Amino acid sequence: MTGRPVAECAAAARPWTPEPAPGGSRLTESLRTYRLVAGMWIRSTMAYRTSFALTVVGNLLITGLDFATILLMFAQVDSLGGWSLPEVALLYGVSATAFGVADLVMGSMDVLGGRMRDGSFDTLLVRPAPVLAQVAADHFALRRLGRITQGALVLGWGLVSVDADWSPVKVLLLPVAVLSGAALFGALFVAGASFQFVAQDAAEVQNAFTYGGTTLLQYPPSVFGRDLVRSVTCLVPLAFVNWVPVSYVLDRPLPLGLPAWTAAVSPVVAGVCCALAGLAWRTALRSYRSTGS
Amino acid sequence: MGSARLYAAVAAGGFRRYATYRAATAAGVFTNTVFGLILVHTYLALWDERPHLGGYDQAQAVTYVWLGQALYATFAIQGGGVEKDLMARIRTGEIAIDLYRPADLQLWWLATDLGRALFQLVGRGVVPFAVGALLFPTALPRDAGTWAAFVLALLLGLVVSFGIRYLFALSAFWLLDGQGVSQAMMILGIFCSGMTLPLNAFPAGFGEVLRALPWAAQVQVPADVLMGEASWADAFAFQAAWAVALLGAGRLVQAAATRRVVVQGG
Repeated sequence: MTGRPVAECAAAARPWTPEPAPGGSRLTESLRTYRLVAGMWIRSTMAYRTSFALTVVGNLLITGLDFATILLMFAQVDSLGGWSLPEVALLYGVSATAFGVADLVMGSMDVLGGRMRDGSFDTLLVRPAPVLAQVAADHFALRRLGRITQGALVLGWGLVSVDADWSPVKVLLLPVAVLSGAALFGALFVAGASFQFVAQDAAEVQNAFTYGGTTLLQYPPSVFGRDLVRSVTCLVPLAFVNWVPVSYVLDRPLPLGLPAWTAAVSPVVAGVCCALAGLAWRTALRSYRSTGS
Repeated sequence: MGSARLYAAVAAGGFRRYATYRAATAAGVFTNTVFGLILVHTYLALWDERPHLGGYDQAQAVTYVWLGQALYATFAIQGGGVEKDLMARIRTGEIAIDLYRPADLQLWWLATDLGRALFQLVGRGVVPFAVGALLFPTALPRDAGTWAAFVLALLLGLVVSFGIRYLFALSAFWLLDGQGVSQAMMILGIFCSGMTLPLNAFPAGFGEVLRALPWAAQVQVPADVLMGEASWADAFAFQAAWAVALLGAGRLVQAAATRRVVVQGG
């Protein structure tokens, strides 16, 4: 007898069998799938440790260019749109850290269009695991820790050097803003991925909202025209990542004259966006027709 | 002139290859326009605080932003030009086929890259620039002579841009993996070509150094030629000198590299 007993094979294959676990465990299942796929990509990255270390540093430097630009601007002026450098650093830190987290968790979804074109997306569909979790973890890139590190460093510096009138509510508001911001950017990534079902080659459009969004939020709202501020408050509610909460923390008037309590609604806004993105994803996935190749 | 026809055909091939992906091009146009809109506002805020920063007025700063967005893909400032293919071919060994061709390796890739750049200029550059010029007051010349000089500055800038990327790509003969090199090229490209901020708006001493480096030939010099901020003779001399130096260095490195190539057969 060669070959392993059937029971042992079943045990070995278990990571991919959907367990009929008790109590609405679709989330648990998604998380497990995500962990397994991401773990695989991490192992493959870690095969070249020096290369990994260098790309983390490179990632940190590339994302740092944004802040270098801001520093260069402040080498010439004392304030931008009426905001000082530490205040802008606070805006930058919240936006960059939130985006960094979303980018680490979901940021490789732009390979989806390519997978649909070459047919390898079908492979993900036949696996008994949630598709969104598989797609989100696809090409998981640990080097993106560079962006989070860089954003967190600027955030830390901004917190230390900013002149704010701290209260318990304000202290609590910042981590909430970062987490809600990460969820909001995550929703944008999922919406972008859903859009790729319609326009496969046009994946770059989502960069305008994700990378463009984080760039926009790195500057004070007073820099931009009222129409632009209105559209990123009401249409794509990016303003709730940092403009609204950070304005509150700094005792500045909120953008568009919003009332003070809106500084706390970021989690709700993020939740609604995630729900909408999830709906878009389901609709897109259901409309998928394989190329057949 | 058989060889001129050959390189013209190669350039046409480069143009066609990039022209194939229309949806991707439209997406790129959209993204460049959005980034232009964001940057214009930040620049206007900066020039509001410091009028005439770097010798530019507000209209010139706006023009600079839209030129940068229009030329971003054309000059392949963050990479993604033919050097990407060249690195892949060196790694896989397909470069042996290129060396076997009865054509000059450097001129072949230069022709391909010029074809690519021409498409990126027409396909990805014109629309964002037009949108910017429609929505914001810009500082554009009215005489045809300046526009002709601008085109020449673009062409020279493209040769410099290729020269830089060719040297980086050839490093793959020694390093094989081009990832780190591509990253370094991207950082230097974005920062030193003045994509983040015009080089004349940098703090004085630092700006002077950057303006002497070849990257300045890509966005800064053509912009200054277009907006009448640089003498044509100085601008062309600067670009041409770097073009010759970089292409020459490229030939030297290429000669050293190709001596290392061992074709294993198969």
